[in-house]
Amino acid sequence: MGFVLWWREWTHAFLYMSPFVFSAIGIALSVGISVLGAAWGIYITGSTLIGAAIRAPRITSKNLISVIFCEAVAIYGVIVAIILQTKLENTTQPFDPESMRAGYSLFASGIIVGFANLVCGLCVGIIGSSCALSDAQNSTLFVKILVIEIFGSALGLFGVIVGIIMSSQASWPSAPI
Amino acid sequence: MYGFEALYFNVDGGYLEAIVRGYRAGLLTAADYNNLCQCESLDDVKMHLAATDYGPYLANEPSPLHTTTIVEKCTQKLVDDYNHMLTQATEPLSTFLEYISYGHMIDNVVLIVTGTLHERDVHELLEKCHPLGMFDSIATLAVAQNLRELYRLVLVDTPLAPYFSECISSEDLDDMNIEIMRNTLYKAYLEDFYRFCQKLGGATATIMCDLLAFEADRRAVDITINSIGTELTRDDRRKLYSNFGLLYPYGHEELAVCDDFDQVRGTMDKYPPYQSIFAKLSFGESQMLDKAFYEEEVKRLCQAFEQQFHYAVFFAYIRLREQETRNLMWISECVAQNQKSRIHDGIVLIF
Repeated sequence: MGFVLWWREWTHAFLYMSPFVFSAIGIALSVGISVLGAAWGIYITGSTLIGAAIRAPRITSKNLISVIFCEAVAIYGVIVAIILQTKLENTTQPFDPESMRAGYSLFASGIIVGFANLVCGLCVGIIGSSCALSDAQNSTLFVKILVIEIFGSALGLFGVIVGIIMSSQASWPSAPI
Repeated sequence: MYGFEALYFNVDGGYLEAIVRGYRAGLLTAADYNNLCQCESLDDVKMHLAATDYGPYLANEPSPLHTTTIVEKCTQKLVDDYNHMLTQATEPLSTFLEYISYGHMIDNVVLIVTGTLHERDVHELLEKCHPLGMFDSIATLAVAQNLRELYRLVLVDTPLAPYFSECISSEDLDDMNIEIMRNTLYKAYLEDFYRFCQKLGGATATIMCDLLAFEADRRAVDITINSIGTELTRDDRRKLYSNFGLLYPYGHEELAVCDDFDQVRGTMDKYPPYQSIFAKLSFGESQMLDKAFYEEEVKRLCQAFEQQFHYAVFFAYIRLREQETRNLMWISECVAQNQKSRIHDGIVLIF
């Protein structure tokens, strides 16, 4: 009985939270976690790349592609954050079901984009570091691993697509006439 | 967390791992060895090595080269690489790298103590020591008369001190004692290294424990073969085996009672990885065993490079370089002594 009451109180707490809070958190997560993933991937690639480039300096400019792939992940996050931000409109009825739905959908699309880009950045970063090492040993391997890397970076795009579709459902009730 | 090293390994280890893989690319290949085997004189050897990583080290050597010079310079290259890695390393990699040098330290201690026992000059002995295993007070090892003094006066300040707990005795040093001391120390060292690698966890633990287990098994076989026909009792022999590895514990029980090489072979045939090694040798032949073991070791060390984000590559690189130095020593000796027909007997190809 105690648990049910406790649960009900907490679910009510969500109902009393303004949808603008959810929207704002969603936007923050989409850009913040994407950048985290991109940064994580870049250091995994970068630290290996500088080490491997000591022996084989020719790999540096080629392997910048791996770093750029990681960087793209952050750009996805920024783009989605801008799209979500344009969806955020002012309304006089913040607790209308339609507003609540808009708030939740912006929140969810922020989470989707953020975490999809986090793991995508990690994936690209780890492949990029292996790519630098194998390119230093044998330059014919570079293109082959680059293909894998492209597939890895496509994962982030899935998140972006779903996030955009999800956010397109957000609409805010217009002011009563 | 097995499999998740990829996420955080590069914070500390990524740069050095890439460097060590770069060093690995500098190891001599089969083509290099083929060229070296064609050499007519040591100057030819030097000329061939000039195009490799050893080039800068041999460049300024005056022309009548000696085998020792070549070996010395190759070792110098290894030591420079090692020191470079050690200065760049952070914990726990620096401890890991230090562990690699302890084996040489044990060999050096044994070398000095044996040499002093046979009344050789200390400076002459110091020159023969492996530079990776040098420590500050190594020259004073010569004063010790028995193991207790050896420990109390010199080794208590070195990293080897904990390994001595099992072999402190007041007996005077003699050849047998020293050899037992070497093996007891090595046993304690391998076990300690094994525990350390297990503590590191992840891919490092998997690969390093495999390599160390192979090392321990190889030593067990060596101890058995070398102690056949000596006064070492079976129990004493049993005590020198490390307490891990594929042969532990049942294989050790069987090895401890072996009286000749064919019994050792019979024991090892029960272990598939070693069966293939012994299958290469014809019956009653134990001379080629070392080479067969070296070949297997090199194969395993090369496989350590197949996986990324672990420390075993550092160990593997240093071991491969040492093997390469042995190869070059053999080649130079064969060339210097005009024994070119035997040149292929002693080389273990790395790639």
